[in-house]
Amino acid sequence: MALDHRVNELQAVRGALASITYPLQVAVDAPVRAVSRVFESFTSREDLITENRILRSENAELRARQLRFEALQLENDRLRALLNTAQRAEERVEIAKLLAVDLDPFRQQIVLNKGRNEDVYVGQPVINADGVIGQILSTRLTSSVALLISDPSHALPVLSARTGLRGLVVGTGNPQRLEMRHVPLQEDVEPGDLLLTSGLGGRFPADYPVARVTSVERPQGQPFLSIEAEPLAALDRSREVLLLWTDADTPIAPIDAGDTLDVPPQEGAEAAPDTP
Amino acid sequence: MTRAIGIPWPVLLTLLAALALAIIPIPDALRPARPEWLALVLIYWAMAFPSRIGILTAFVAGLMLDTLLGQLLGQNAIALAVVTYIVLQIHPRLRVYPVWQQMIVVALLMALFKLLALWPQGITGFPPGSILYWLPVVTSTLAWPLMYFLLRDMRRRWLLHLT
Repeated sequence: MALDHRVNELQAVRGALASITYPLQVAVDAPVRAVSRVFESFTSREDLITENRILRSENAELRARQLRFEALQLENDRLRALLNTAQRAEERVEIAKLLAVDLDPFRQQIVLNKGRNEDVYVGQPVINADGVIGQILSTRLTSSVALLISDPSHALPVLSARTGLRGLVVGTGNPQRLEMRHVPLQEDVEPGDLLLTSGLGGRFPADYPVARVTSVERPQGQPFLSIEAEPLAALDRSREVLLLWTDADTPIAPIDAGDTLDVPPQEGAEAAPDTP
Repeated sequence: MTRAIGIPWPVLLTLLAALALAIIPIPDALRPARPEWLALVLIYWAMAFPSRIGILTAFVAGLMLDTLLGQLLGQNAIALAVVTYIVLQIHPRLRVYPVWQQMIVVALLMALFKLLALWPQGITGFPPGSILYWLPVVTSTLAWPLMYFLLRDMRRRWLLHLT
């Protein structure tokens, strides 16, 4: 039976069982959520005012940046049109909450409170405000399970924002550490490099930040660099995530050509907010 | 002699509670040490009502656990079924043991349970890769006296008339 599952035949059985056990998950989640809500309602007025002030200034800053982003997007679309490449796909985003339940402590999975009823599909990208979190592993009617990028079985095609170098980011089982595999020794990778999704896997749209390189080693007698990276999103701490709907039909080849064109403006956008 | 069948509702409740305890959020540092509540509860009830709680109950409960934990379907189910089978075989002896002796048996059963659950994980290529995997054997054994007295009191209060 366990072996059967490897060929994905039992997905329906699992779905049926999951809908039986879902009430139990909700029952466990509810008191935890209620307690945290009680604590929330006891936060002091000063705290709220401070938080409000911080959020307001952040909002102003983001809106200012958004203004420029729209102009850049238009320019980008125009340039892409000139190059006859694909338009950037329109994307839909929705917030999902994590259910406060624990799964297998040795796998990196989370349970979300949106499921097939909300059009969640298997393989769907899950992000948060800081970066990529993972992808949907299985769906039920009203909930779904997501696999984090830090799971040892998860691999994500990325490219370095600085050099455009493509690679594969693989989880290690530790939510603070990722590995970039199969990068030849002579390649230029430095600590601090930003890794973005390359969109080559066809699952994740391109140019979402994933991780920052923390250490690069050149082991003697090995054909590849040993690169460690830290995910930008706090994988083990976020309570809310964003589900992303994209047009999966972006052609692969034009993206390849577009990547080299994409990266410099991306970097510019990254650096500009720091300079003023 | 007629066989007593049917699962009494307190037993069902404790099984559900054990499933809930298996997924209730606890601090990350403690997560690998979480006792195998479901296995403990099943061991006790299989010992107390060997004709009511059997392999099938264990298997179904194990399937629930698999679904809840997002693990391979059948992994805990088979392990729990085997453990319950052994308990059914030795239940007359297990009943008259003092608690410390029961703890030794429970430790062995837990080790077997974790070993059986490890096997499919290893085959499918996702071994836990940490010695911490075996920690529940210790914590479950330590939790056994608590479980034993709790469930025994429960049985004496509500289920004394049953065999």
